[in-house]
Amino acid sequence: MELSEFILNVEEQFMETDPGMIQGNTEFRNLEEWSSLIALMIIAMVDEKYEVILTGDDIRNSQTIQDIFDKVQSKVNA
Amino acid sequence: MADFSIQNVSVKGISACVPKENFVNTKDVFPGMDNSEMQKIVSMTGIDKHHISPTEICTSDLCFHAAEKLITKLAWQKEDIGIVVFVSQTPDYILPMTSAILQERLGLQSSCMAFDMSIGCSGFVYGMSVISSLISSSKIKKGLLLVGDTITKFISKQDRSTFPLFGDAGTAIALEYDESAKEMAFSLHTDGVGHKAIIVNDGGQRSPFSAQSLMPQNYEGGIERNDAQLYLNGMDVFNFSITKAPASFNQLMSYKETNIDAFDYFVFHQANKLMNETIRKKLKIDPSKYLYSLQKYGNTSSATIPLTLVSELQDELANKSLSLGLCGFGVGLSWGSMILHTDKIATLAVIEI
Repeated sequence: MELSEFILNVEEQFMETDPGMIQGNTEFRNLEEWSSLIALMIIAMVDEKYEVILTGDDIRNSQTIQDIFDKVQSKVNA
Repeated sequence: MADFSIQNVSVKGISACVPKENFVNTKDVFPGMDNSEMQKIVSMTGIDKHHISPTEICTSDLCFHAAEKLITKLAWQKEDIGIVVFVSQTPDYILPMTSAILQERLGLQSSCMAFDMSIGCSGFVYGMSVISSLISSSKIKKGLLLVGDTITKFISKQDRSTFPLFGDAGTAIALEYDESAKEMAFSLHTDGVGHKAIIVNDGGQRSPFSAQSLMPQNYEGGIERNDAQLYLNGMDVFNFSITKAPASFNQLMSYKETNIDAFDYFVFHQANKLMNETIRKKLKIDPSKYLYSLQKYGNTSSATIPLTLVSELQDELANKSLSLGLCGFGVGLSWGSMILHTDKIATLAVIEI
């Protein structure tokens, strides 16, 4: 799996955040639109597209989009 | 493993009652919330409005009206009713049990057994398993399962993580000993590791109610609530639900050697649209067979499954034989699935009081 493709999938969960605003090193809590709803939508997207489950702790312990990507990748490869 | 079947019991009727007063989810509910934020909540949850009980209406009132009208519709003799089970996490009192109050209020005989079960979102499925087992083994002729919650009484109006989601409802299910009934099947589960994921912390004996319980506390995202109000860890519950609900339904289907195509309809606990749709897609259920009443009533805790049956399937329940796949999941954490066959049962439009 590719980080660039993962970022596109994450971007789709946002309505008002322009494409390109989200990068691997983006600290997602600093995005104006970030909310606990978006966290749930990312968990649902990851479940549907990557067939693995992110836990609440996985999100809580992540700072950047790359951190979430790494957790998804490690679960996919497990 | 709690996978089992129950013979000789059939559902004869289902009814549901909600408080008249309803709340439309608009930005005006929360000071400082803008329109796009509320639109996002509505589109993600699928909840346009929810019914909220005024101070004087308790769960038992909603269940009472649902039961009274159902008994009349069925033309049951009250002396034939030998068991009443009340499933709720919002009883009238800490003690006595609300089922005793309802036994008296419904005018049932003292030969009727009555008890409460404290279970929430999975409560309908659990309650069905318990009352049906008792009717099946005791040959009690007729029984009433009363299921509902007025969970909004535990919710802070300044908590946007819970207030837009929840509504109140009470339901009644009439069951009868019936040797021609098709069997019911259940798969029931529990994982208390998650008991703090959905909790009203203060007011029981572990953390008794005190003046401190009423102190408002501030949380991330402008949320304000106190420790006597409902806390919901959205991410942990989401994660639990999209994993356990489909797994339990699959386990039940493999136990009964059946598959998704064998069901006419699926009614799952109405949590929120994002969660319910994720579960639906995992089970590959056709959207036309997967019913929602979320848009009208929100998440009514233990009442969601019977309320959705009545609200979305009233005519078909009355005129057809149906195979139904049902699944409840949530507080406990607790979850369970059941297969229910109905054959032209008594139903009423959702009652409002």
